[in-house]
Amino acid sequence: MTPLAGYLLVAALVFAIGLAGALTRRNAILVLIGIELMLNAANLNLVAFWRYGPHPEALTGMMFAVFSIAVAAAEAAVGLGLVIAIYRSARTADLDEINRMKG
Amino acid sequence: MTVVFWILAVITVVGGVAAVTLKNTVHCALALTAAFAGLAFLFLQLDAQFVGFAQILVYIGAVAILVVFAILLTRGSEKPERGVFSRTWLAGLLIAAAVFAVLSWAVLSSAAALPGAGEVPAPSVSVAQIGNALMGRYVLPLEILALLLTAAMIGAVLVALHEKGVRK
Repeated sequence: MTPLAGYLLVAALVFAIGLAGALTRRNAILVLIGIELMLNAANLNLVAFWRYGPHPEALTGMMFAVFSIAVAAAEAAVGLGLVIAIYRSARTADLDEINRMKG
Repeated sequence: MTVVFWILAVITVVGGVAAVTLKNTVHCALALTAAFAGLAFLFLQLDAQFVGFAQILVYIGAVAILVVFAILLTRGSEKPERGVFSRTWLAGLLIAAAVFAVLSWAVLSSAAALPGAGEVPAPSVSVAQIGNALMGRYVLPLEILALLLTAAMIGAVLVALHEKGVRK
């Protein structure tokens, strides 16, 4: 197995773990953790393809990963702020109990 | 495949599994930090030092702390009485397994076309080169990202500071 295939397989596994967490957990914060894991798996793919791609000196994949990290940080801040706001109005972070959109 | 890669892969995957399966959500946040650290060192293994240290600073330094704050502010560390997994956990697990099967099948079936070890020399990228690229070719995405981060910060504060008394 080539190194690139190894990195891609690890990224696929982390993505599947994050997806499983986002789809199976009750707590909204744990769903966000699953989404963060999926974003990180995508970053690993970007950097691995940058490293073993034909033109690593162009920095494209690496820049994509840096921008992706920054966007993921913004997403985490807004997502966790939303979870706290929903908790204030619904008094729970349990996604099975949050079944209405009106506060 | 080096031994270091396998150790880091095991740390990352075990941390990820623990982060989504543990009952106590504070332990989940701790396992998530381990997974982030494993990924950061995988980036370092890939000769992407800048991305690796950005990962450490942003994820371990900021996102993990944010997650812990959110858990403690929402009393998420208390164990729910009806279990931690939702009613449709089996369907979610099956979907995730199917996604992993498709992705790993795609990687393994195209493994012969991927470049092998030693074929690609390690790129030497200095921080000065990254800075020049950010200020030159990627300056527009950088500015848009700065705007996005400012808007996200203001938005997160506005959403989370919503008081009951001022609601219209």
